[in-house]
Formats: sequence, structure tokens, C-alpha cells
Amino acid sequence: MTYPAVPAPSLPAPSLPAAAYQLWRSADVIQKAAILIGIALVVLAIFAPLIAPFDPNSQSLISRLRPPLGFERAKAGYLLGTDELGRDVFSRSLYGLRLTLMLAGLGATLGLMIGGTLGLLAGIAGGRTEATIMAAVDTQIAVPFTLVALFLLAILGSSIQVIVLVLGLAGWEQYARIVRGEVKRLMNMPFIEAARAAGAGPLRIARHHLLPNIVSPLVVQFTLSLSNIVLLESTLSFLGLGVQPPTATLGSMVGIGRDYMPTAPWIVIAPAMMILLITFAVQILGDWLRDGADVRLRAR
Amino acid sequence: MLSYALRTLTRMALTFFAIVTIVFFATRLSGDAIDYVVGEGITSEDRALLIEYYDLDKPLFSQYLAFLHAFTDGQFGLSFIERRPVSEIVVERLWPSAQLLLPAMALTLLVSIPLGIAAAIWRKSWVGSAVMAVAFLGYAVPNFVLAIVMMLVFSYWLNWLPVVGNGTALHFIMPTVAMAGVLIAALTRFTRNAMLDVLGQDFMRTARAKGLPEARVIVKHGLRNAGITILSVIGLQVAGLAAAGSVVIESIFAWPGIGDLLVSSALRRDYPVLQFGVLTVALAVIVINAAVDLAYAWADPRLRHTVKA
Repeated sequence: MTYPAVPAPSLPAPSLPAAAYQLWRSADVIQKAAILIGIALVVLAIFAPLIAPFDPNSQSLISRLRPPLGFERAKAGYLLGTDELGRDVFSRSLYGLRLTLMLAGLGATLGLMIGGTLGLLAGIAGGRTEATIMAAVDTQIAVPFTLVALFLLAILGSSIQVIVLVLGLAGWEQYARIVRGEVKRLMNMPFIEAARAAGAGPLRIARHHLLPNIVSPLVVQFTLSLSNIVLLESTLSFLGLGVQPPTATLGSMVGIGRDYMPTAPWIVIAPAMMILLITFAVQILGDWLRDGADVRLRAR
Repeated sequence: MLSYALRTLTRMALTFFAIVTIVFFATRLSGDAIDYVVGEGITSEDRALLIEYYDLDKPLFSQYLAFLHAFTDGQFGLSFIERRPVSEIVVERLWPSAQLLLPAMALTLLVSIPLGIAAAIWRKSWVGSAVMAVAFLGYAVPNFVLAIVMMLVFSYWLNWLPVVGNGTALHFIMPTVAMAGVLIAALTRFTRNAMLDVLGQDFMRTARAKGLPEARVIVKHGLRNAGITILSVIGLQVAGLAAAGSVVIESIFAWPGIGDLLVSSALRRDYPVLQFGVLTVALAVIVINAAVDLAYAWADPRLRHTVKA
């Protein structure tokens, strides 16, 4: 027998602040800490030019290798000390944070666009297109991406464009797999069939019927991949293959600063801590979002 | 089983072929690699001679065929910088890498499997939460930060361990731990999840109902079944993480392995070495993946019948 359709109770759409408050309420202590750290890092990155007391690249040979405030030989105004060229570690960390987050954000977005498009294509077109795309996915999974990144940067040079491209190529296959899987699942659903019966073309179906239904797994994957991309960018910069000096990124500050570790460990500590905070906060948030999405899936 | 093995091997060969092709054409994207090597102040005749010497004047496609041909006779070319066969340079780096990877893998298995099982059994008590919190933290710490912090504390402040090199047994401690760190974090999480899946199964209840002691139920019935999943994760994820880890850790600790070689040849733009090195590591990872895949199918007959190529 069939049941009569029950009209959905009409709930008022929650306003954005109210939804944010709800989210905040549902977080535990560590998740709240991660949210606050994340917001603080983004604010620091955006307002770096206003907050930083010095030009990140201005050198001062008479104040080289000064320790942070509170230590012997510290120089007034240099909160976290100076590096081997007398540049302010605090200002460089802020600008490094800014660049690292910017590169990672662009890279993750590019990966989402590449992987999302290919996944959508594979899921809708099927057949040989799908087989080719999935073969590319398998190849990408089979090779450790750090090696590919190392190789591409050595060959194409370390310009910002190449770095964003390399970061975008890291992890696109995850989006492609997720989107393809979701699309294949959704394509069998009655509402897609109804849309097709009503005369909707593949583009309209993709745009209005598929995309809204795969946003939440994509958001989760974006967050999870962001921390991997921050790690990859930092690792490449650390090895000397990322953005070239004198421009500061967190990874390159650690990479260059390690030569001065015995006498000036503060050069390394500040950027290393920032990398840790980013990856920690992003991973906690990603896991939290994933659990939330899972609960909704189970409740369905 | 035989047809499954053939499919796996074919896929492995195709993947490797795709990588060879991509690597070759990517290398040639950058124009005349020779300019990076010889620098300024070389006469144009000498430059032309060098280009001819490295076969860079041939058409792209015939260079590609020559490159493929190298797989039949082992002539992969000469290093731009060291002027000796790249195969020789890469091969002598393999053993030091293995010397670092094998202890790191052993440490990973010894630590993460018991921890993962413990976290699954006592998932609702503080034991489970503590293990997962540490695993989580370990996954968020980049391996180069871990390595740097260890160097700072144990070499510079406490003076207990040597900073770089691979001379004595003491030299092995920090690189092994730094390499194993992220692997332990990853594998502990996978082990816990795999065990959790198994713990809820009917055969576990049956085993307990038979009156078997709990330890035997966990190990013989639980771990045996979870082990199949764990094995596949080791092949897929851990092999990749280990390859990436080698690059970073070897370069930090000046460990004369293949990871250090890849970074230094990337920085010096020694393309022949970089190219052959990347292919060697890629081949190693692909072979490990395929081997694990086959072991997986052999251990779990359901797989080879249900999974289509």
C-alpha cells in the first residue's frame, strides 16, 4: 500500500547568526578551541599588513639574531626576535601565514573545481569517459603526490602560478571520486527521473538537481583536504622548492631558520607553531563537519 | 585468482606506463634543460656539443622512444652534474633508504596495531579517547616540524643524539621516530576503525558464546579479520606516506637515501637523476600496492569474485 504524502512542516529558515550559534552550541571544548584558533589565524592573515610592526623583508644588519622580548639582548619592538638578516620574525610569520593560507585556499579551490568537474562528467556521461577519468584517478592515487609536486616544481619553476597549480593537482581525485559516487547514486533517484521527464537537459539537471545535493560532502572534503594542502605547501617551501626568498612562507622560514637553530631557535619556533595550529584547527573542524554530515546521512 | 592477478598486473603496468609518459613529457616542457647546468660563459659551440651529447637535439618523439628503449637495455642516461649513469647514482641510494624505512615500518606496526586495538576495545573509556587524541595530534604535526623539534631538544639542548648523518646506531633514532610519527598516527586510526567494524560482527558473539577466552576472541577472530583491511591500508596509504616521509626526513637529517637524492637533484635541476629517481620510487610504490592487492584477494576470496576490473 502507499502512504499519503505528509506535507513537510514549514519551519522558518534559520538566520545565519542563529545557525552559527547553533553550530557553536553543538561543539565540544576542543572544537570550540579549534574554531577560535581558526578565526584568529584568518583574521591575523587578512590584517597582516595592519598588524605587522615592520616590513617583513626589511633587513637591519645591526639587529641580527636578536631573541624574543623578555630574553637577554632582546631589542624593543621586536616581539618574537629577529632572524639572520635582522628581519622581524613576528612580521614575517604574519606575512608567511597570509601567503600560506592564500596559496592553500587557492590550491584547494582549484582541486575542487578540477575534481568536481571531472567527477560530475564521469557520473553523468558514464561509459568510456567515466572509465578514462577513473583510470586517471587510480593513477593519481597510486603515486605519492609529494614526489610529483617535487618534480613539477623543479621543472616548471616555483612561480606562484605553478605552486597553486601543483597544490590544486594534489587531492583533486578525492573530489572526483566523491562527486562521481554521489552523482551515480542520485541519478537513480525518482526526482532526477522526474526532472528528466519534465524536459530538463543534462546541464540543468547537473546545476539544479545534482549540485545542491552534493554540497555537504564537498564542504567536508574541502576542509579535510585543506590541511593536507597546507602541509604540502609547507613541506615544499621547507625543502626550498616553494615560493622563493626573500618572500616569507611559514615552511620556508622553518627551512631556512633550521641552519640557525643552535643559536637562534626562535626563528623556527614561531612559524612551526603556526603551521601546527593551522593543521590542528583545520583537521578538528574537518572531522567535526564530517561527523555532522554522517549523522544527517544516518538519520535519513 | 589467476585472472584477478592478471588484471592487477595489467593495471600496474598501465599505471607505470602512464607515469613514465607524463614524467618524460613534463621534463621536456621546460625548454633546454642544458642551460640550467652549464650556466653563463659557455661558448655556443660547446653548448651545441652538450645538447648533442645529451640527445636534446633529436625530435621530441624520438627522444621519447629512446627513453622507452632504456627500459630494455638499462641505459637511462648520465647525470648532468656527476657525469655518471643515473641508474648507478639512484641504486646506491636504495639501501640507505631501506635501512631507514624498515625500522620505521617495524616501529609503526609494533606501536599502532596494539594501540588501535586498545582504542577499539576501550573506545568508551579514557583509554580510547587518549589514544585517539594522541593519534589525532600526531596526524596534525608535520613530520618536518617533529624532526626539527626533536633536533632542537635532543641534539642542541640535551646533547644526547647526533644531529645529522647515518654513521652510528644513535644516528638512527631521530630519523626513525620522525618518519614513524605520522605513520603511527595514520595506522592507529585505521586499525581502530577496522577493529570497530569487526567487533560488532555476529561471529565475535558466537566465539564468545562458545566460551573462548576474551584475548583469543580478539586476536584469533577479531584481528585476523581486521588484519585484511589493515593490510590494504598499509599498501595504499602507508606506502605513499612513507615515500613522502623519506623525502622530507632524509633531507633534514642528511641521510644518503633516495629521498635526499630527489630533493637535491630537484634543487640542482639534475633532470636525468630526478626523472629516474621519481620513476624508481613510483615503481616501488606501485609494486607494493599490487602485491598488497594480490595478498588481499588471496586472503579474502569474496573480493576477487565481486570486484570488476
